[in-house]
Amino acid sequence: MNHLMNRFLRLRRGPWENLATIVIALGVLMLLQPLSLTLYTYSFATMLLGTFMFVIVSKFPE
Amino acid sequence: MTMVTTEEEAQVRVADHASRTTSPSVTRRVRGLSDRAIAWAFIAPTILLLLAINIFPLIWTIYLSFTNYQANRPNRPITHVGTKWYQEILNSPDVWAAMQATAHFVFWTILLQTLIGFGLAYLIDRKFRGHAFWTTIILIPMMLSPAVVGNFWKFLYQPQIGLFNYIVSFFTGIPPSSFEMLGSVSLSPWSIIIVDTWMWTPYVMLICLAGLRSIPDYIYEAAEVDRASPWRQFWSITLPMALPFIMLAVLFRRIENFKMFDMVNLLTGGGPGSTTEVASITLKREAFEKWRTGYSSAFAIILFVAVFGLANIYVKALNRVKQR
Repeated sequence: MNHLMNRFLRLRRGPWENLATIVIALGVLMLLQPLSLTLYTYSFATMLLGTFMFVIVSKFPE
Repeated sequence: MTMVTTEEEAQVRVADHASRTTSPSVTRRVRGLSDRAIAWAFIAPTILLLLAINIFPLIWTIYLSFTNYQANRPNRPITHVGTKWYQEILNSPDVWAAMQATAHFVFWTILLQTLIGFGLAYLIDRKFRGHAFWTTIILIPMMLSPAVVGNFWKFLYQPQIGLFNYIVSFFTGIPPSSFEMLGSVSLSPWSIIIVDTWMWTPYVMLICLAGLRSIPDYIYEAAEVDRASPWRQFWSITLPMALPFIMLAVLFRRIENFKMFDMVNLLTGGGPGSTTEVASITLKREAFEKWRTGYSSAFAIILFVAVFGLANIYVKALNRVKQR
């Protein structure tokens, strides 16, 4: 856990890419889910955030 | 030695010929360019083409999504509406329903294609007699054009003369003309799922087969020595080692099915009512039937972000498979 936090803080690509992937997947789920219109409303913002994050963090060092 | 000399002589002759046929002005110009500049000169046409057919339309669509532009009234003055269309789309229950129709379609097609595709790959990997022939037969649907597939499945689904209805009737005893796959509210989504599964399961099978063939035999031999049962070998060796490939197939089909348009348009056109109106059909209706270009541009951007996000995950999964 400490090692993971260290990698996060030292801006390493692996954990940040995983986080961005989770945010994108969450956004897609929010877009397609049938339960709440509010979640659907915020899905685009979530996907956009995840995608921008992915584009930026993929330039971080390994 | 003689061969090398002959080859070298031939190269010198070609270079000599080229230098004689190239005009002195061109030679001077090329000599003045660095390697980097020559490389840029070669790739510049491709980059320009990509900018013209990919990047420019994307930027133009982003711009239009903030305006009230209508493609059927090009002379009307364009006014900026801010994020109005985005807010409208993301608060519209109709678009949300279209997204749910897309989700239903994506979920069931991927589930069926993965299960059947992996099952077929597992069987083909057994290398029985004639397995190459059966592989070719199984791959045929994938090679057909969606337009052809859509048209002939329309005939197969005909209640009076359709083969599909007769096969269902043969197994269940229900009269063939008593149900209509494409016209029924409850059956029409399934009719599209069946066709897409029929067409794209071979693709999933191919990727899974590549995964299964990449597992080294010595792992199974070691498992045999340890007296592991075939069931145990499947769960502990086959499935974990083929999983990255299965994930790749799932991700790829998810992106493709999220954008599905041709098959739905040919089979049901989004009907009956809006039962099979997936996101791309809604987009087409808004863009080319209601001519709300600004609105449909905003919708296209939302779908683009979803697909782009999924594509990022796909690239990440692909890199993991490569590292294996």
